[in-house]
Amino acid sequence: MLEVRDISVAYGAIKALHGVSLSVAKGEIVTLIGCNGAGKSTTLRAISGLVRPGSGDILYEGRTLRGVAPHEIVRLGLAHSPEGRGVFPNMTVSENLDLGAYARKRSEHAQIREDREKALDLFPRLRERLKQSAGTLSGGEQQMLAMARALLARPRLLLLDEPSLGLAPQIVQLIFRIIREINAAGTTILLVEQNAHMALQVANRAYVLEVGRVVMSGDAKELARTDEVRKAYLGHG
Amino acid sequence: MDQLLQTLKDGIAIGSLYALIALGYTMVYGILKFINFAHSDVVVLGAWLSLLFARKLEAVTGWGAPPWWAGALVLILAMAACALAGFCIERLAYKPIRGAPRLNVLITAIGVSLFLQNMGQQEWMFGTRPANIPALVNDATLFTVGRVNFTLLDAAGVGTALALMVGLEWLVFHTKIGRGMRAVSHSTATASLMGVPVNRVISTTFVIGSALAAAGGFLWALKYSQIKQTADTSWTLLGLKAFVAAVVGGIGNVRGAMLGGLAIGMLEMFGAAYLWSSMTDVYVFGLLIAVLLLRPGGILGKAVVEKV
Repeated sequence: MLEVRDISVAYGAIKALHGVSLSVAKGEIVTLIGCNGAGKSTTLRAISGLVRPGSGDILYEGRTLRGVAPHEIVRLGLAHSPEGRGVFPNMTVSENLDLGAYARKRSEHAQIREDREKALDLFPRLRERLKQSAGTLSGGEQQMLAMARALLARPRLLLLDEPSLGLAPQIVQLIFRIIREINAAGTTILLVEQNAHMALQVANRAYVLEVGRVVMSGDAKELARTDEVRKAYLGHG
Repeated sequence: MDQLLQTLKDGIAIGSLYALIALGYTMVYGILKFINFAHSDVVVLGAWLSLLFARKLEAVTGWGAPPWWAGALVLILAMAACALAGFCIERLAYKPIRGAPRLNVLITAIGVSLFLQNMGQQEWMFGTRPANIPALVNDATLFTVGRVNFTLLDAAGVGTALALMVGLEWLVFHTKIGRGMRAVSHSTATASLMGVPVNRVISTTFVIGSALAAAGGFLWALKYSQIKQTADTSWTLLGLKAFVAAVVGGIGNVRGAMLGGLAIGMLEMFGAAYLWSSMTDVYVFGLLIAVLLLRPGGILGKAVVEKV
């Protein structure tokens, strides 16, 4: 479904990615783990068009995403819930959700309303807060809003950037349960996480990123058993 | 009592005009975070185009007394023409330097402003002599309170300004494109992830801001009937005061611009009526200094915390 081929990204003189390749098949949950600054977010930003790779190519459902603007990539069925959640604090929860469906046509009105109901069923807490401005939500609620909003684009592939960041363990459990549910309902997921423990539990396959390179990849459960991953990412001395 | 009423009336009239112009500054700032110094020149363009359209119309219809729709037609034509001008300015001058350092953009804006001023002075454009706009409204006194007359012209001016502001408020807060604008003003990147076409939203912002500027120029022409040449300092002052209105209200905030415009208009008129009439500029810029010292974000603005 998604194929990232040997992409390099530089911010000015600083190279963030040195030839990263990865692939995501339909129906999978694939996770990208690694430390701060390993290039996880940059990889997602390159996929959704926010940064342009200097070299390499990104193929989504067989077509290249090179030179395609971010707002057009959304239209292709690829939604990105960004790092730091990116909710619009001055707008209400309801308006934030409407923005998620911005790329969709007016003729899809009925379908959008249905998707909105589904998203709110998934995150019932948001339903209670529809008229509240998003800036007043708790961190966990903002994360729920960011995910619900991304779902309103009706993505076939959902990119999630650090959904567990800064959340209480209980909320993290809840968020990961919902990630599974979203996947079970037919959405493919590429998940970036620092919480390797949770990410490896939920994912089918995983890539380990270190300073802009993929250093390991494979089945998530198997990777979780390797010494390198256990030591570096799971905190087992 | 009469003086109070008269001053209130004048304050609202000039204040709503400032507000219309301030909206253009504030919308562009809200989205692109730069001050479009060419905005006041679009106001001038709007005033001069109103004059040209009014003369053409008068020549065609040969009016003795202007028909009731004359003003509306001229206004719509001037707004459309300035909307197109605003679109072109953005596309030709600002879009190519999107992402450049802010100072570059600011200098470009000053360049566009000078370009428009000097273009307007050319003989084949508007020339260097002031001109009078034909009467567009068959003026009549609607009613009189005490010794204060409320005329059709007063009502048309304030009514137009208010209608446009209500329209803009509706557009920004109740339509899809308005939602897109607010999203872009918060974060361009996140907005584009939602599928908001950022470039189109920016173009739309310039189109709307410039159309409102044209309405400001039109109302100015209607009010004072004489239109000064495009590089006249009185235009610069008008633009500056509207800019002050935007800052006082809270730059980037649509409702703030409306509030700021009315506040500046009232301040000017009350200052002129009850204090010294020669010092109106002092009141306006004094208020700016006070606001910047006491509440730098403006009346409706939020204090911005610099993240380190």
